[in-house]
Amino acid sequence: MPLFFSTVLQKPARVLPGFNITLGFTLTYLSLIVLIPLSALVFKTFTLTWDQFWSAVSGPRVLASYRLTFGASFLAALVNVVFGLLVAWVLVRYDFFGKKVMDALVDLPFALPTAVAGISLTALLAGNGWVGQYLEPLGIQLAFNPNGVVIALIFIGLPFVVRTVQPVLEDAEKELEEAATCLGATRWQIFSRVIFPSIAPALLTGFAMAFARAIGEYGSVIFIAGNMPMVSEITPLIIISKLEQYDYAGATAVALVMLVISFALLLVINALQAWQRSRTGAPS
Amino acid sequence: MSSSSSTALRRAHAGTTEPAWVKFLLISFALTFMFFFLVLPLAAVFTEALRKGVEAYWASLQEPDAWSAIRLTFITALIAVPLNLVFGISAAWAIAKYEFRGKAFLTTLVDLPFSVSPVVAGLIYVLMLGAQGWFGPWLQAHDIQIIFAVPGIVLATVFVTFPFIARELIPLMQSQGNDEEQAAIVLGATGWQTFWYVTLPNIKWGLIYGVILCNARAMGEFGAVSVVSGHIRGQTNTMPLHVEILYNEYQSVAAFAVASLLALLALVTLVLKSIVEWRHARALKAVAELPPENPHWSFNNALTH
Repeated sequence: MPLFFSTVLQKPARVLPGFNITLGFTLTYLSLIVLIPLSALVFKTFTLTWDQFWSAVSGPRVLASYRLTFGASFLAALVNVVFGLLVAWVLVRYDFFGKKVMDALVDLPFALPTAVAGISLTALLAGNGWVGQYLEPLGIQLAFNPNGVVIALIFIGLPFVVRTVQPVLEDAEKELEEAATCLGATRWQIFSRVIFPSIAPALLTGFAMAFARAIGEYGSVIFIAGNMPMVSEITPLIIISKLEQYDYAGATAVALVMLVISFALLLVINALQAWQRSRTGAPS
Repeated sequence: MSSSSSTALRRAHAGTTEPAWVKFLLISFALTFMFFFLVLPLAAVFTEALRKGVEAYWASLQEPDAWSAIRLTFITALIAVPLNLVFGISAAWAIAKYEFRGKAFLTTLVDLPFSVSPVVAGLIYVLMLGAQGWFGPWLQAHDIQIIFAVPGIVLATVFVTFPFIARELIPLMQSQGNDEEQAAIVLGATGWQTFWYVTLPNIKWGLIYGVILCNARAMGEFGAVSVVSGHIRGQTNTMPLHVEILYNEYQSVAAFAVASLLALLALVTLVLKSIVEWRHARALKAVAELPPENPHWSFNNALTH
């Protein structure tokens, strides 16, 4: 009898069949497609000496590309926080003509291939484009320079903030706002003291996701950036150009730097989402 | 007395929304932003494609190179999506239906390809399977070409679309629990029957949703595929790569013509996605209005019908 109990307690019986085969297949497929190829990158980097590695990841052109990639991604994610919150707010709180279409259209940057977004934004903003022709006489150039990079990254990152903030706004309890009004708060006070704190974790998560996506983005940026060395060359393009010169070691070293940064961001995003869950109490 | 309570009510209501002019301003700002960043780029694709008329548009789509790019894109998606579908179902079954050590870590690993830059995704396959790579000499000795050929394109596409279906299914199956499957097993169903008749109808919409998104990314992937493709016209060019080549050769109309097909694909994706979401929301609402005797069963019923 005690023996029976101990086995039951230690190992809850798995009623459903298929654990071994599904987990086995999952791990095998994950290893073959993701883990082994990613480890190839790490091992390849180990064949470099420290000096080789350092000179590959800290050349002046590479450093300039980090500055552009991180600066433009940060700016774009910031713009997306402001406008993403605005779009999410309008879609959740107000009724207007064409709302459903707008709601569906928010996901366009997810669905539109990045290369198409790239050539289309370039066509719009170039000197003879629909938007560019009005800006050029004013001395504003948005294509073929770092401005273009920011614009492309705003496009790519837009859905992240909207789609993380939207469900939180939908679930927000109106009773809290009513209570605040009855206690004499103005609408602005309610927004800044009641609503904003409840959506802040979602905003931060959206920011981190848009930022992470922007750092790795390639397709939409290369058409609009102009790709001038030291000025408008993003880090993924550095990897490509090193590859095209058969500098596999250099490309690998820069890629490892990017990979480490994306892992760090992934951990940050996971932590932010855990924080958001603990704030809202929802098990999503 | 009654008038003071009604003013309090009105004030409470006014506190939960904005004055009309603020509303109008916010909606105008949001719509202007969306117009410039979403509507205009989409419209520009089709306008540029038709710049020299419908005939030039059709002519550029009937180029043999364009055709082979379209074919390769479909072949790639036809291989990559089913592979990730099988993986998604298998991973969701293992993660959602059982408890085991390292489950949270495994879930994170499944999401990993989303956070890797597409260019890095392509590079890792070059390092592993390219001429200079780990298996390069062996592959060359056996006359197998993967990098700069179709298998490399498929592999890179599988990598970038890896998490789409799994990440839709895992939370969905977790929220549905094991009760129905256990009942089926106790009643004598085999594991396969349980999956086919009990689980699959319950996860149908999540599955379709994942497949739609996975397919859109598989057909539109650019960075990863660009690294492994080698850009051989008529052989290893997918549609997005073909767009790039035409664009760089200043064949604007042809580039935008192929791009317009991809934009159409994106629009179809958005429409399908919205339909799936609306159906799901309607099912949830129907459940909320049902009597509460047996909510779980009616929930799943409503989702499947």
